[in-house]
Amino acid sequence: MSHAQNESGSHPLSYRFLAAIWAALLTLTALTIFAARIDLGFFNVVAALGIASIKSSLVIFFFMHLKYENRTIKTMVLVAFVVLAICIGLTFFDVGFRR
Amino acid sequence: MSEHRDYAGGKLGMWIFLFTEILLFGGLFLLYAAYLHRYPADFNAGGKQLDVVLGAANTIILITSSFTVAASITALRLGQTARCLWLLAATVALALGFLVNKFFEWSAKIGHGIYPGSQHLLQMPPGENLFFGLYYAMTGLHGLHVLIGATLLSVTAALVRKGRVTQGNFGLLENAGLYWHLVDLVWIFLFPLFYLIA
Amino acid sequence: MDHGNVGGLGFLAPAPGRKGLLSWIGTTDHKRIGLLYMGCVGFMFFCGAALGMILRLKLMTPGSTLVGPQTYNAMFTLHGVIMIFLVVIPSIPASLGNILLPLQIGAEDVSFPRLNLFSWWLYVLGATLAVVSIFTGSGAPDTGWTFYVPFSERTTTNVSLAVTAVTILGFSSILTGLNFVTTIHRLRAPGMTWTRLPLFVWSLYATAWIQVLATPILGITLVLVFAERVLNLGLFDPGRGGDPLLYQHLFWIYSHPAVYIMVLPAMGVISDIIPVFARKNIFGYKMIAFSSLAIAFAGSLVWAHHMFTSGMSDTAVLVFSFLTFIVAIPSAIKVFNWVSTLYKGSISVEPPLLFSLGFIFMFSVGGLTGLVQGAAGTDIHVHDTYFIVGHFHYVIFGGTGLGMFAALHFWLPKIFGRMYDRGVAKLSFWIILVGMNVLYFPMFILGLEGLPRRYYDYLPKYAHGQVLSTIGSWILAVGLVIMFANLYRGMRRGPLAGDNPWGAATLEWTTSSPPPTNNFEVEPVVTHGPYDFRGVARHE
Repeated sequence: MSHAQNESGSHPLSYRFLAAIWAALLTLTALTIFAARIDLGFFNVVAALGIASIKSSLVIFFFMHLKYENRTIKTMVLVAFVVLAICIGLTFFDVGFRR
Repeated sequence: MSEHRDYAGGKLGMWIFLFTEILLFGGLFLLYAAYLHRYPADFNAGGKQLDVVLGAANTIILITSSFTVAASITALRLGQTARCLWLLAATVALALGFLVNKFFEWSAKIGHGIYPGSQHLLQMPPGENLFFGLYYAMTGLHGLHVLIGATLLSVTAALVRKGRVTQGNFGLLENAGLYWHLVDLVWIFLFPLFYLIA
Repeated sequence: MDHGNVGGLGFLAPAPGRKGLLSWIGTTDHKRIGLLYMGCVGFMFFCGAALGMILRLKLMTPGSTLVGPQTYNAMFTLHGVIMIFLVVIPSIPASLGNILLPLQIGAEDVSFPRLNLFSWWLYVLGATLAVVSIFTGSGAPDTGWTFYVPFSERTTTNVSLAVTAVTILGFSSILTGLNFVTTIHRLRAPGMTWTRLPLFVWSLYATAWIQVLATPILGITLVLVFAERVLNLGLFDPGRGGDPLLYQHLFWIYSHPAVYIMVLPAMGVISDIIPVFARKNIFGYKMIAFSSLAIAFAGSLVWAHHMFTSGMSDTAVLVFSFLTFIVAIPSAIKVFNWVSTLYKGSISVEPPLLFSLGFIFMFSVGGLTGLVQGAAGTDIHVHDTYFIVGHFHYVIFGGTGLGMFAALHFWLPKIFGRMYDRGVAKLSFWIILVGMNVLYFPMFILGLEGLPRRYYDYLPKYAHGQVLSTIGSWILAVGLVIMFANLYRGMRRGPLAGDNPWGAATLEWTTSSPPPTNNFEVEPVVTHGPYDFRGVARHE
């Protein structure tokens, strides 16, 4: 049973490494609050979503272990996000061009 | 049927389940994007009425809980069961802290007459009505997920204590952790969209 | 191969320990769960078809006859909800897919057997709530199966319960999809490489992905309709800044891909049946497998072609009209490959092949008339007319329905170990085919003449087509009764079918009929492709 679990072939992540990711996430949170206080117009939205994307990548790749998974799961995650992006993106052909 | 455990299969199944959760929230994100595009000024005004400090506090709580749950998996795999249980207890405590915080935030808003269908909201510009409609729908659905995640982690902790989830058989804890990270992931986007867009 | 089990009951034999009903509704055996689905789907199909017959009977004459307008609205809503969510979506994947997927890939069961049972229970719960919503509250839902806002927010009929039911059915569908994807990735027998998978498995794989990725959007959309009604959220209420068109977007983001949840498994069935009765390897295996995935992907890009006349932006009309034509390509690839497989094959005309050919004919008519609506210009003329009713009945009933019937005639002898009367089966096929065409073809003409769909009453000039169409529904009903009676009688009292009555080469035919509870006495090792008939003999 336990040898089946070693299929993933990875060692548990060290506490030190996880704490570093945690610290990075907190720093980025501070950064996004700070960025929101400067008026950049439309770029406020871009900055907020950009930082949120970096934060979520850290969570997905390290906390959720995706970096160490096989290619099947990585591809599937990509497909799921692409499908979501398509749904929102194509809708904007309507809402973005409504008279 | 013979009792066999497919560790990789279980994890694959959990990931696929997370995709459905992403798409579930995705429908709401689509609405948010479309209405933000139509009413940028109203959304701005709506965001100013939310308390950034409360939102930031909840962000820190969830990020920390994501860390503790990830660390609990490391602890279990290293055979440090006591530490694993301690970290899981911390995660559940943080989850409850998040919900308490959310409760006070919602009560304050409802106290100000801002809730779905209220007279106060009807008099506001249409964009703000939509902003708060989405606020309640999205944070409400997310709060429900926090509750489910905390329950799942508690059950897992009980199984760790009973020795049913162990160093050699940690799949359930890992999957519960994946679910919890997703809850964090959604909040990472909700926080800037509602509290910082102002 | 003979396992000395001819005439045995296999998985149908009473299990030790659990007895009677409990051994079925508490089972984790994928084959028993599949049969549970089949029973429920069959029953709901009977209800939906009965409603359809009554609607047709009412429409035979103009004016107020047989049922009142409010009842009529409730009936076409129910006909749609039952047929779409309770019959067609679970029909092939959840019933036959459940039974055949593990058998075809050489597995003992699906990856999560208990989750599989849970899905069935969710289905039963959803179906029960849907039925309850008819008889409780203030009247049966009258919105049409699409639950369009703002009407679905305002109507006093029992929409809240109905959308809850459909949301639960959606989660049942999601969990089945999740189970199938994991099963196909994890539980293939040794030697069962991706290019040796039967094409039915490929189609289930593509279908399962649509179920997983599209259904949650329906879930959240209907939860929002519920929230709008109960909590007064106002997200789709134009009076408060909301945009009803966004509801339509969200709804079709699921419901267009859902069309492929309905038809892809049927295409997989046809791809599995045709080579067997042509005694010839399938033409273009990789293209058919790939086109399933291509349909799944392209199908998620085209949803707004249901909204050309809704008032969305002209840019969107242009973009979605263009994208719609892309879906036609992988569908056409499949049709051409099936026909090429038949070419110079050694064809034996058995009932499964007849139903498959019926599928190709009906699906082609349905698909080509779909292009008329994909082109924005012509769509404006035929939108919301009987043309579209004809189109989707050709695709869904003529396509998926005949695909399901083909699958039943092909695999029931495997599942029950007994053969039906093939002559009667062929007779029923011809009656069904004639009935379908007499029923649905006049709708194309009525639609082009401008008869709007869903209307209770119509002008006398449309009477000729309506009468013809209603007569068609009677012919179809006769054919269906003959077919189901023949199948039922065959499964109960027909002659023993043997392990491989058709001489097919996929794995399920190497085990006994009916298969034992563990599917295979010895774990199979796959050494050849699914349509390699060398050395495979009929075994009756």
